[in-house]
Amino acid sequence: MNSTDQNAPLLEVRNLSKHFGAVRALNDFSMAVRPGEVVALAGDNGAGKTTLIKAISGVFQPTGGEILLGGQPVAFATPQEAREKGIETIYQDLALADNLSIGANIFLGREPMRKAFGFLPVLDRKAMAEAARETMKRLDFHVSRMNAPVSNFSGGQRQAVAIGRAVYWDAQILIMDEPTAALGVPEQRKVISLIHQLKAQGRGVIFISHNLQDIFAVSDRIVVLRRGVQAGERKISETNHDEVVKLMVGG
Amino acid sequence: MTSTSPAQPAEKHVAPQADHGDPATSLIGRIAEGRAWLFLAGLIICFEIWSRVAFGATFVLNPFNLQSIAIFAVAPLLLATGQTFVIISGGIDLSLGFIMGLAAVIAAHATNMAGAAIPLPLAMLAGILAAVIVAGVPGVINGLLISRLRVPPFIGTLGMFGVARGVAFLLAGGTTVPVRNSWFALLGNGRFYGVPYLVLIAAVFVIVMHYLLSQTRFGQHNYAIGANVQAARRAGIDIRGHILRLYVLSAMCAGLGGALYAARFTAGAAQAGEPLLLDSVAAVVIGGASLFGGSGTILGTVAGALVIAVIQYGLVFVNVEPFWQFIAVGVVIIISVLIDQAQRRFSGGRQDE
Repeated sequence: MNSTDQNAPLLEVRNLSKHFGAVRALNDFSMAVRPGEVVALAGDNGAGKTTLIKAISGVFQPTGGEILLGGQPVAFATPQEAREKGIETIYQDLALADNLSIGANIFLGREPMRKAFGFLPVLDRKAMAEAARETMKRLDFHVSRMNAPVSNFSGGQRQAVAIGRAVYWDAQILIMDEPTAALGVPEQRKVISLIHQLKAQGRGVIFISHNLQDIFAVSDRIVVLRRGVQAGERKISETNHDEVVKLMVGG
Repeated sequence: MTSTSPAQPAEKHVAPQADHGDPATSLIGRIAEGRAWLFLAGLIICFEIWSRVAFGATFVLNPFNLQSIAIFAVAPLLLATGQTFVIISGGIDLSLGFIMGLAAVIAAHATNMAGAAIPLPLAMLAGILAAVIVAGVPGVINGLLISRLRVPPFIGTLGMFGVARGVAFLLAGGTTVPVRNSWFALLGNGRFYGVPYLVLIAAVFVIVMHYLLSQTRFGQHNYAIGANVQAARRAGIDIRGHILRLYVLSAMCAGLGGALYAARFTAGAAQAGEPLLLDSVAAVVIGGASLFGGSGTILGTVAGALVIAVIQYGLVFVNVEPFWQFIAVGVVIIISVLIDQAQRRFSGGRQDE
């Protein structure tokens, strides 16, 4: 973000490998994400997409290769460390506490406090609601009832809350694992438009999807994985569905 | 930075969805949330009418009745406040009843022993302190079993139920332990402007616990863990530490309950809390908490505990055979859960339209 060179990658993965015993889940894989760029990861089940994002987000350590963040090599022992460095993963199951408000979810684990009557520390719900309103507005997302638990909202709205949390904490890289999978068509389009917002804000997005339509609607580049190795990388503007499918299945 | 981003594809913005804020839903939600207080009001009205028709006397305006109900509710309420935290987190603490008994025995012994060495009021305080601290020990074990060794709360605390029971009876020598301390007796039976000390202590305690649950990070994390423990973990909350503190807290609530029991009866009895365990769970459920975790409030639990106390005392007052108490409390629990289910279904159907 602070880099003077606008085209320097936010995140770069070089020759990354992850072996589980004899199984080479990921082998010598390289890719980069630049500011304001959406990179789609495609591949069949078991191609290594999940292994890759777990290695990037600190869930486990790669066997070989390196991860560079803003040009600096990094190693994450835990997902918390990755998050502190600005890499946020948004999981399929959303990781929201359904019974809490949008604000409470955004601040979960780092709630702001204020002093009531000048001495008694209490949760600053007003600040949480305010920040939530502000964040959701930045995502062009309008919710009137800031105190309602997120279980009252639709799947797309909840997805937006999860993205809003990442945005509030200033994540520079968002890894989104099948963000549209469980949603209806209008909701899918809402999420796609959210990704455009993130892009416009200069964040990098890694977007995993089985849905080529979504990939073509939102990504700048597509990286195809097959059996743990990179099967190809294309600019979206220079490829088509058929070519991507061929890369995925091999042929 | 935004200036460098390429021209956005012509993706049409989807109109933001209206959130479901219609007044009917929120009214039903409010009623369901406050149902324990409605139950309480309904019960009091019923007993008032019954009492006037049958005896020509008032039920609720009789200060003696109010005092008795309040004292009656103190011990179950103390257990139920701890239980509220545990149930919101998605667990349950079955050991609270006998931890309370253990604490009552410890309070009696410790007060007597300290009374031989230090002034009586200090001995009383030492006794209460000892009871609460010793009660924390089974709480620590519960917490470690559940958080570190991944024992399900139902089983872990069931085991502790047995252990605390045995230890309490052993320490009491199989009988009740009388307390020889006039201050302790005064604490248990004295009044401040007509309000029993026990009720005052319980009221202050409940306010503190309400604060802890509704206004602190601990309380907030408790709700989050009950709703989605994965989400809480990913948010960086120390789940193990929280669970440990949680079961220590609930055990210490029972410890205070045991100390107050010893004060009220000037004796410690191992079986002090035996019938109160299920009352505490019932109070939490009537108060609006879900046994699946994630919901519930201390204020609801207060209403739930009062509902049970009013039923038990009221039926005695109107001269009904005591066995009807069980039936009445049972029916209230079932109705309460049915309301909860209905409300969930009602609001659940509106989530993803």
